[in-house]
Amino acid sequence: MGNLADLRDKTAIVGVGNTDFGAMYRNLDPERSSYDLGMESLKMAIDDAGLTKDDIDGILVSRIPDYTQFCDMLGLHHINYASILPGGGRFSGMALQYAVMLIHSGLANVVACVYGNNGRSVGATYGGEREQSGAFDTLYGFTSPGASWAMMWRRYCEEYGIQEPERLGAVAVSNRKHAAMNPYAVMKDPMSLEDYKKAKWIAEPLRLFDYCLINDGGVAFIVTSAERAKTLRKPPVYVSATVGGTSLTDHFIQGDGFQTEMESIAQRIYPAAGIDRADVDCLQIYDHFSPAVLFALEYFGYAPRGESLDFVQDGRITVGGELPINTSGGHLSESYMQGWAMHIEAVRQLRGERGEAQVPDCEIVQYICMAHIASSHILRRYRE
Amino acid sequence: MNKYQKPLPEITAVERPFWDATSRHELRLQKCLSCEHVWFPTYANCPQCLGAKYEWALMSGRGKVWSWVIFHRSYFRSYDLDVPYNVAYIELEEGPKIMSNIVGIPDQEIVIDMPVKVVFDDVSEGITLPRFTPA
Repeated sequence: MGNLADLRDKTAIVGVGNTDFGAMYRNLDPERSSYDLGMESLKMAIDDAGLTKDDIDGILVSRIPDYTQFCDMLGLHHINYASILPGGGRFSGMALQYAVMLIHSGLANVVACVYGNNGRSVGATYGGEREQSGAFDTLYGFTSPGASWAMMWRRYCEEYGIQEPERLGAVAVSNRKHAAMNPYAVMKDPMSLEDYKKAKWIAEPLRLFDYCLINDGGVAFIVTSAERAKTLRKPPVYVSATVGGTSLTDHFIQGDGFQTEMESIAQRIYPAAGIDRADVDCLQIYDHFSPAVLFALEYFGYAPRGESLDFVQDGRITVGGELPINTSGGHLSESYMQGWAMHIEAVRQLRGERGEAQVPDCEIVQYICMAHIASSHILRRYRE
Repeated sequence: MNKYQKPLPEITAVERPFWDATSRHELRLQKCLSCEHVWFPTYANCPQCLGAKYEWALMSGRGKVWSWVIFHRSYFRSYDLDVPYNVAYIELEEGPKIMSNIVGIPDQEIVIDMPVKVVFDDVSEGITLPRFTPA
């Protein structure tokens, strides 16, 4: 049977592209189409890779409604593989996993993963429907993943006797500093902890700046074999390991705060990549809501249980600090692109392209997404 | 009584006994006749053993507050006038967790693990919602 280590460094991300999230945010456009956003990003990724569009023989789309229409737009009528993932955040990590599996199996050779989201322009919201909630939740006025995270955060603070829980704002403040160094980011104005505390409650105990920033945008990345990657334009970024897990109960709230699922992933991913946690230079942690960053740090052993809030203080998680997290501004300040922009940020860090936001000697980046379906990747810089 | 504007359940056949019970002011959940597992949300099979035979067992109505939030913004027009309002996740004595509101106490006095008991709110024709109050 298969072995997670069999995948190690067999595939690489070779091209990345995105739309300008800040420009999207400043210009709502009800006629903006997710297809066009995906197309713009994919064209950028193709050029970034030094490929042509006819090199692509596999397509995975997410939040773009119809892969047939998208491929017709591309003029790719007879590729080897096409599929679609739902538009949720858990699927960005899964898109990379599917691409890795397609290439490793030979089902496709050059796989484009494309995300296009025009939700903000057309008035899509998160919260308010059955789909976002568990059984009977709406009867009591409960909805929105943010409120679920607020419940888990409050419980956590009680269980660990957390002092000054408003220090959670350190996550938003650090993300904002990173966004200021990202030409595509939406929110670049400096934020202090005071600014964070003064902002309104949404689902108390979470505040406005704990919530991800809904926006339109497109993101694409292209994956191919390690051998093919060596012939292309930029240094390859290898997928050293990728692992999945689940926490499948009908409430968004997980009674264990996703601990079981994430620790299961943590146990498997470092051996699969052949590294120790200490080798990781930078983290991209899916921050739909600030507490997700803290929980991930604990479940993966970066911070002791109950101490992640201390861990994220005093610049430790900002570029220049010990363990930078969400170096493009994350979902809180760059843009909520449901994990996709974090994948391409990881790639850019590992290629050394990030200028003033560059993590020095960045060789290994870990991506973590905590959701009912969870994923984590270890991505590695090319070395001779 | 003014017509109730807030969301009402879309009652499925499996769920119907839950709502029949609440209208009699009883909290009943499914309990497996094979393995005695009690579950919520309502499903046609026992999630523990996949058994198809269960009873609608009377719950004690007692539980603890696992956690809660206070909504400071409204996601439903019908809740606009209630903001700020609490929603709590209650861990019942029998094991399952259920979403509800805490009534009879100011929001800021709710504490984690606070003992609560069910009360029944006849909100509209034929629908009674279980809520919880400090025990």
